[in-house]
Amino acid sequence: MKPEYKIISDLIEKNAKVLDVGCDDGTLMEFLKTNKNVNIRGIEISKEKVQTCIAKGLTVIEGNAELDLKQFPNDSFEYVVLGQTLQAFINPEIVIKELLRVGNRAIVTIPNFGHWKVRLNLLFKGTMPITNSLPHDWYNTPNIHMCTIKDFVKFSKIINFKIFKSLALINGNVSDINNLNLIFKNLFGELGIFLIEK
Amino acid sequence: MDIKQNIKTLIVEKPLKLDCGQTINNFPLAYETYGSLNNEKDNAILVFHALTGDQFVTGINPVTKKDGWWSYAVGSGKSIDTDKYFVICANVIGGCMGSFGPSHENPKTKKIYGTDFPVITINDMVNAQINLLDFFGIKKLFSIVGGSMGGMQVLQFISNYPDKTKTAIPIACTSSHSAQNIAFNELGRQAIAADHNWSDGNYNSKNVAPDKGLAVARMAAHITYLSKKGLQEKFGRKLQERDDLKFGFDADFQIESYLRYQGSVFVDRFDANSYLYITRAMDYFDLVKQFNGNLSDAFKDTKAKFFIISFTSDWLYPTQENKDIVIALNAIGANVGFVEIESDKGHDSFLLNVPDFLKTLKNFLDKSYAEKLS
Repeated sequence: MKPEYKIISDLIEKNAKVLDVGCDDGTLMEFLKTNKNVNIRGIEISKEKVQTCIAKGLTVIEGNAELDLKQFPNDSFEYVVLGQTLQAFINPEIVIKELLRVGNRAIVTIPNFGHWKVRLNLLFKGTMPITNSLPHDWYNTPNIHMCTIKDFVKFSKIINFKIFKSLALINGNVSDINNLNLIFKNLFGELGIFLIEK
Repeated sequence: MDIKQNIKTLIVEKPLKLDCGQTINNFPLAYETYGSLNNEKDNAILVFHALTGDQFVTGINPVTKKDGWWSYAVGSGKSIDTDKYFVICANVIGGCMGSFGPSHENPKTKKIYGTDFPVITINDMVNAQINLLDFFGIKKLFSIVGGSMGGMQVLQFISNYPDKTKTAIPIACTSSHSAQNIAFNELGRQAIAADHNWSDGNYNSKNVAPDKGLAVARMAAHITYLSKKGLQEKFGRKLQERDDLKFGFDADFQIESYLRYQGSVFVDRFDANSYLYITRAMDYFDLVKQFNGNLSDAFKDTKAKFFIISFTSDWLYPTQENKDIVIALNAIGANVGFVEIESDKGHDSFLLNVPDFLKTLKNFLDKSYAEKLS
């Protein structure tokens, strides 16, 4: 189980209606069902993973978030979760807007490209950074729109959504991000976790 | 066809008003069951058959002496596990395996109905089958399952009886029969009508049957159930028991021989007029129109858990048509899962040994049963 699952769970109220976008093998869905008794649905692009989810008794549809979120009416869910996939979309702006249309709130996690290891990697090796959370080469990476924690905060102002809560994951510990520590968190945070609203 | 006397039949006394306006009563509904109904009566699954299927879902069909049409999916330890569930399947009305159909005698004229039989719809089929629930004392089914025309019956059933099932599994189907599908059905019907033995549907009185026309209808339809890739891999240009082309019109190619065989065995078990009636029922199926263009309204009263399955190589009921049902269900916040299964076996995938499909179907049913849905 990924370390941020517990943090995501803490951000969600009990018995809420939740959509997990890119739900993978359903681990987070099961965790939220058990811990928060949520009414949860998933959408996943991989056929194999959808079948895994079905085998776990989860309600999941095979689909692509960029094309298939439009079938959900406005405010269908109280929370929509997007875990570490924003960077893989062709148009992250549309995806964020769709998340906030179908959900009252969204929880978005992003692998932080501003992390010091990534920066040193590029500075000293002169090649595109490869890290534990970003293991691909530049030519085969699905992550076509990498961003930093700072970029995401800027993005919220540009496309006009509210960041209700922002957290950084550093060595398995979670901490708040605010205006004063943003530079620091952007350097040391491995993952940014944002609870956002329209 | 004396072997048919072993067929279990429920005589439906209650009048049934058909979509065509006629009312029928005291009509036979042939059915078969597998497994046993538990004390709580909460383990029943109603399976709906497709165009040329019948109530003999699994095991040896007592009439044809061949494996039941869904032997891969239904049986002890299989996807629809008969050790666990009580499986019911009825022959659709309009069919020819014991249920009220065009090969029955019209009590008024003492003649075989033929094309005097009323036109049947998918709606009529499910309205006939709901009587089985009362007959078995089942308040709510655990599931309804069907592929192709069976899937259409699943959709119509849940629309008509939203609180009569806990789960619903429409497979490789559509909510509205497409122009292409109507076209293929019309091709089949015209092949039957072009056989002079058909005699405007009155062949029974002449003791003949439009076997040639029905065989051609079956051959044409069979092609639509497969995929180009599947056909190419199985048959390619392989020759049938010969080393070279014979420069004639015999079946030189294996695919020709295969289709001819499919046609010839079909006429032994199927009635040509039933083929006309059932294909017509499929063509008339348009749940979207029935709900004035809003498919979601068909499902607005149900709390059932849906699982929709399509196949990558099915070009007859393609994924998009199945997805339209998913979209309509999501639009009203229904509980719906969906997967497109990878298979090169075409529309027939749901009837064949496609492990991913069989496994997923089993997982969905067993997990949902364990949930004890209300």
